Amino acid sequence: MTGERVVVVGTSTGGLAAMQVLLTGLAEDFAWPLVLVQHRSKEPGSELCKYLQRCCRWGVSEPEDKEPINAGRVYLAPRDYHLLIERGNFALSTEPPVYFARPSIDVLFESAADAYGGGVVGVVLTGANGDGARGLARIKAAGGLAVVQDPATALAPEMPRAALDAAAADRILPLEGIAPFLNTLGRAAVR
Amino acid sequence: MVERPLHGGEEQLEEIEIGLLLEGVFRYYGADFRNYAPASLRRRIRESVQREGVESVSALQAKLLHDAACLERFLHTLSINVTSMFRDPGFYLAFRAKIVPLLRTYPFVRIWHAGCSTGEEVYSMAILLQEEGLYPRCRIYATDMNPVVLRKAREGIFPLASMQEYTSNYMKGGGKGSFSDYYTAQYEHVIFKPSLKENLVFSEHNLVTDGSFNEFHVILCRNVMIYFNKTLQKRVHNLIYESLVMFGVFGVGNKESLRFTPREAEYEELDADNRLYRKVR
Repeated sequence: MTGERVVVVGTSTGGLAAMQVLLTGLAEDFAWPLVLVQHRSKEPGSELCKYLQRCCRWGVSEPEDKEPINAGRVYLAPRDYHLLIERGNFALSTEPPVYFARPSIDVLFESAADAYGGGVVGVVLTGANGDGARGLARIKAAGGLAVVQDPATALAPEMPRAALDAAAADRILPLEGIAPFLNTLGRAAVR
Repeated sequence: MVERPLHGGEEQLEEIEIGLLLEGVFRYYGADFRNYAPASLRRRIRESVQREGVESVSALQAKLLHDAACLERFLHTLSINVTSMFRDPGFYLAFRAKIVPLLRTYPFVRIWHAGCSTGEEVYSMAILLQEEGLYPRCRIYATDMNPVVLRKAREGIFPLASMQEYTSNYMKGGGKGSFSDYYTAQYEHVIFKPSLKENLVFSEHNLVTDGSFNEFHVILCRNVMIYFNKTLQKRVHNLIYESLVMFGVFGVGNKESLRFTPREAEYEELDADNRLYRKVR
């Protein structure tokens, strides 16, 4: 059951509050791995991981290179690396930033689509640039599901808008509706 | 007669094409990327397909095999990793506090910086050792598989625009002087002081195919093995183990560790957060 599906989430400006709402809403039986890219400074010393842990019932960690991807865990892309998904494990890279971002949402999303095809759910939340749009289109093309935060409910609507322009979203949801939707997916797949 | 592909989907086709390309490049040129980590390799091959203006991975393969200049560009794409001076300042703090005292006990210190790319971290180490008064008895062997990045590393010329960030890193990394004393600015670039280069030896070395070439007191291989799959990582861990003196120090990137590697039991941890280890067996 693990290793075939994953939820990938990308966000930038306004992401801290948005991720908090999303993580708080995940149900106890949400049995997917969830991987987050939040655009972040490459300066060390951020307590982002600890902060997210406080609002999440699942363990939150920054994956190491080649760490296995496990269900029922939340993974946060570490600062100053791209986070990529391979079949069953994470991989890191210090390739150049993509659209000034490292970690880049597109890089995570595209690698997830390559590795897990139709088993990927891509979620684009609030943000002030176009990162994630190309990756979400790739997820759709590989048979995965595209979920976009309703730009009207986003602190910074540019990123959800760019995602909607690039990929035909399966769901456009207000921020509060995203976790409940993911929860129903979890249940459907377990059954 | 086969009318339909055995394995459906363009994704699978691309994977097959990538495998054939890597095999071809290895058999014709001897450059072996077959055990690179697949996700980032795929990204870079797609980048090459775009940049070369070809239609598919197969077309890139043909161009690579018939055009050596195309291979040069391909090698470059595969070896460009973007780092900075004093990347992860905590690493340099820990190195000053925990490794420098060990190195003071040696009359002569050999350091191997494996996979040095354009050299930012090599110059950082040279500065640190100079400030600690150790540099005159150190020699840093900085290696990379790509002669083009090595040439850049040897020059020691970096963009002026990066200096603000590097200065901040330098200070957080325990820098004892003024960072700008180490370079001279010219137009949009800076060149690092010749005295920093005195004990640097840059040379080509490929971790995939080459063997050990000396015994070292310190080996740094940070954010290099993340591009390798587990098979190749194993090979490099063995190579590094064999190249370290007893009680030699081994440093990897902040998100790498020796867990689940074949030599894990032969090292002890010197600094957990900054991934510094010492060979004890």
